[in-house]
Amino acid sequence: MTPDILAALEQAKRDKRPVVLATRLPSGEQRLLPDPEAPADLNEAAARALDRDESGTVKLGETDWFLHAYNPPLRLIVVGAVHIAQALVPFAVPCGFSVTVVDPRRSFASDERFPGVSISTEWPDEALEKFAPDSRTAVVTLTHDPKLDDPALDRALKSQAFYIGALGSRRTHAARLKRLRDLGHQDNALSRIRGPVGLNIEAVTAPEIALSIIAEIVAVRRNAPLPPKATP
Amino acid sequence: MSIPEVEDVLATAAAWRAAGEQVAVATVTETWGSSPRPAGSQMAVTKSGRMAGSVSGGCIEGAVADAAMQTIATGSPQLLDFGVSHERAWEVGLACGGKVKVFVEKLS
Repeated sequence: MTPDILAALEQAKRDKRPVVLATRLPSGEQRLLPDPEAPADLNEAAARALDRDESGTVKLGETDWFLHAYNPPLRLIVVGAVHIAQALVPFAVPCGFSVTVVDPRRSFASDERFPGVSISTEWPDEALEKFAPDSRTAVVTLTHDPKLDDPALDRALKSQAFYIGALGSRRTHAARLKRLRDLGHQDNALSRIRGPVGLNIEAVTAPEIALSIIAEIVAVRRNAPLPPKATP
Repeated sequence: MSIPEVEDVLATAAAWRAAGEQVAVATVTETWGSSPRPAGSQMAVTKSGRMAGSVSGGCIEGAVADAAMQTIATGSPQLLDFGVSHERAWEVGLACGGKVKVFVEKLS
């Protein structure tokens, strides 16, 4: 790998720009895609690799190309700078998520409680408006406070977020769904919310609950078969 | 408490190179069957013996490190093929029963 290619690749990662490093096999010549000067079929194959978020070898004509997809990090928006959020961040970051914690209550959303983590003290609906969750974004609400959770869930349901989870018991969740129904959300949309949040591993402590949440997010992202949540 | 970063083997390799080490990077380019690491998984090796990342569940890292040393010495990339039918893989034992191709290149 030449220093130029390496520098361009590292720059794209810093800019959070999706790129593909294409390597001709076995000779090892490399180029970064998309590139208007590259053959159309190579650019198209690169776009597919980014879309599927999967690296692999493709044969174009007589040539084998290894296409290494470098997508920007997945995003996780955590509403509620609570104890479980503190436990969730250290699981989510190494799993590839760029995490933002949202909580207008400054005593919760402090740098001391979340060192090195991106924090927003805006109201959750405004924060979600700004972050515009896309199909590579997960949203988790943890405040237990309808004033904070509901506006976030309302916005998340209007987005393409691939995962929406809400902390709360089955009874809390049923009451929450009723309020969101009153806001005009249909049942099929509401079924996108994973509640009670997390895989059922009988989690008790904050780290255990955080583990169940990140495990469920990974399961949804990787299309693992999941049992339906028990209805209240 | 510091948060563990997402593992970025290439960035580690680049940092080692910038610090004056001679570095090769191995990347899984293709897998068949029950290979433990997907295409794109990487391992970095330095001439001085530092290693980061992985290209399998641990079964072929030794052989890949040997190949990386060769690539560091010659500057020529290699495309390695490990599978149950492959003599070398049998020797190193791909216990998962999978097959992988690994591309090894030097950071110039």
